[in-house]
Amino acid sequence: MKEKWEKIRKSPLFLPIVSMVLVLLINLFKDAGFFAIGINNGIISGRLIDVLNRGSEIAILAVGMTLVVAVSAGTDISVGSVMALSACGCCSLLAGYGVTSVTVLKYPMIVGMLFGVLLGAICGGFNGFLVAKLKIQPMVATLILFTAARAIGLLVNANMIVYVRYKPYSYLGNFIPGCPLPTPIFAAIAVIVIVALFLKNTAMGTFIQAVGINSRAARIAGINSTVICWSCYLVCGICAGIAGIVASSRIYSADSANIGLNYEMDAILSVALGGNSLGGGKFNLAGSIIGAYTIQAITTTLLAMGVSTDQAPVVKAIIVVLIVVIQSPIFKEWFAAHKAKKVSAGKEVAA
Amino acid sequence: MKRKVVSVLLSTAMAATMLAGCGGSAPAPAAASSEAASEAASQAAETVASAEEAASEIASEAGADAASGETISVGFAQVGHESDWRTAATKSVQDAFSAENGFDLQFVDCDNDSAAQLEAVRNFIQQDVDYIVIDPIVSTGWDTVLQECEDAGIPVIVIDRTIDDSDKYTAWVGSQFKNEGIAAGAWLKDYAAAKGIEELNILVISGTTGASAQLGRSEGFDQYVDSEGWNKLDEQTGDFTQEGGQEVMESYCKSYNGKFNVVVCQNDNEAFGAQQAMDAAGVSYGVDGDVILISFDACTAGLQQVLEGKINADFQCNPLSGPDCAKIVQSLQAGEEVQKETFMAEPWYVAESDLKSITYTNASGEEVTEDLIPVTQEIVDAAY
Repeated sequence: MKEKWEKIRKSPLFLPIVSMVLVLLINLFKDAGFFAIGINNGIISGRLIDVLNRGSEIAILAVGMTLVVAVSAGTDISVGSVMALSACGCCSLLAGYGVTSVTVLKYPMIVGMLFGVLLGAICGGFNGFLVAKLKIQPMVATLILFTAARAIGLLVNANMIVYVRYKPYSYLGNFIPGCPLPTPIFAAIAVIVIVALFLKNTAMGTFIQAVGINSRAARIAGINSTVICWSCYLVCGICAGIAGIVASSRIYSADSANIGLNYEMDAILSVALGGNSLGGGKFNLAGSIIGAYTIQAITTTLLAMGVSTDQAPVVKAIIVVLIVVIQSPIFKEWFAAHKAKKVSAGKEVAA
Repeated sequence: MKRKVVSVLLSTAMAATMLAGCGGSAPAPAAASSEAASEAASQAAETVASAEEAASEIASEAGADAASGETISVGFAQVGHESDWRTAATKSVQDAFSAENGFDLQFVDCDNDSAAQLEAVRNFIQQDVDYIVIDPIVSTGWDTVLQECEDAGIPVIVIDRTIDDSDKYTAWVGSQFKNEGIAAGAWLKDYAAAKGIEELNILVISGTTGASAQLGRSEGFDQYVDSEGWNKLDEQTGDFTQEGGQEVMESYCKSYNGKFNVVVCQNDNEAFGAQQAMDAAGVSYGVDGDVILISFDACTAGLQQVLEGKINADFQCNPLSGPDCAKIVQSLQAGEEVQKETFMAEPWYVAESDLKSITYTNASGEEVTEDLIPVTQEIVDAAY
């Protein structure tokens, strides 16, 4: 029994899950209605569903970001801007350049969406080239698209918000008629499952860890570090592209100024909350995803509690600080030492 | 070698962003876009500039009076192009100061960079334009550069946003956001009375906290909430975006399920998001709906919704400051005194034509009666 508990406590997912539960506990004390789930107007509605729904984009981004952090000990800060670019590219292609609102599409919807994802992939490939091949620091390399991608998106959109008022376009970000769950949840699950299966069934996960821990040693061991690193950035770009399409579908438009704004920070934070070291190497995909939904749970909680908007960021910051402190190495050491002391004291008494 | 590659890449990226940011504007000074410009070159440029300045000063003094009837040069430093509203404002000024009207307009899109805006204004001073129009990105830090304008004898007209730490500008043209809020309150009072609705339970989705539009609209509307004893259930921010409005409304629909009958969104995008959330929750809104939906801004897409009866009333924030600006320039040109502050006329759009007008006490303390405009297809087509 005790051993089992020790095993659970030592699992890398323990602390991320505790953080998530902590956030949810606040609600239990404040208003248990948070957990109510009911069927309303033919759809399943409830705040937990909102968390899963609204957290989808961050979860998708967190998948790519985890790989990038693991392989290069750096972060891709361009994902938010790339989301905007992918959304703009998609809507602009579907609507035609310079058209602000359409009800009839120029190309089949799937072509536009794939084009958006392709733009994301190109951006990811570009970032990967700078980092893996030219060995530029990740933060500096991705800074380029952080500033440029959103601006390019504006150009693609001819400085406008482009609306795609074609009903099926909004299905991905809202509801498919007849389906009681919001579609973004399925999009997030699909991305997570595909990447997780890929990592599990190939040696890719091990390769990424090896490169992240010591890329030179990995190369000597016969791993092509450059390609591994590049492909992680590529995946991160594709994830950003998909997240951008989902965000665009939510509002059936491409608003280059606001789509994905500050999402890179949330993505990095979810990787950190997931118990992953931002120093690269070993990584834990599930942790990052739990981290992503924890962030969304905080936002939804604040909305539910009606925390006034000028105070919300402060409350959010306090919660994040608490979670990060609990997971910090120093605190963990102190906790372990404290526990050891207790155990030895117990033994002395017994003796 | 590696460092060189990095620096080349970075400077290309910087130049690219700048070009992207300045889409359609006057070409940025070459020295600013390339860090590679040697110091010698910039010194030379400075000498040339100061020589030009001296020359143009003489020229302008000599030709100041003779200039009437010739083209008037105007420099316009715009905030950026972040919304449809801003684009409409830019176009309005460009149209008002067109070549056909006898103006030579130099337009700089500052892409929300306040340093670039100061640079642009200083550039206008160097070129000795006749008038400078500024839509200030930030409200402070203007005293020095406005002093420079005054020293150069160039009148400055401020539009839309305000300058708080200096009064060295000639005139300001813009909206009184508080009036929009008050008008919304006045309309809601009359509308509720006309429909026989006794209890108003109001949810507000406000704009970006601290933005002048949010402060003004909240303050104005709250006057009526207080004086009429309405029940304002909650006010949270949707950051002026559709996704923000959607997320906040989604939460409201759960917290206040069936307890609200008025939703006030502080711009059209938030209203679109709120509509999506109410659709999903099965709440009916608009004309004949359970919930009265009020919005601000009145952009084309917003007015379309009013026409379809999905928004009950939309209070416009008039972006078309161009004509008022041109009027001020003409008065100054004729040597007349101009008002320091000009509030633009702002139309109030409604979905139903039962109420003809509203009477309220505006922010300046005057009692005014203004018409309510029922939206037609022509109005939607003509909107920005």
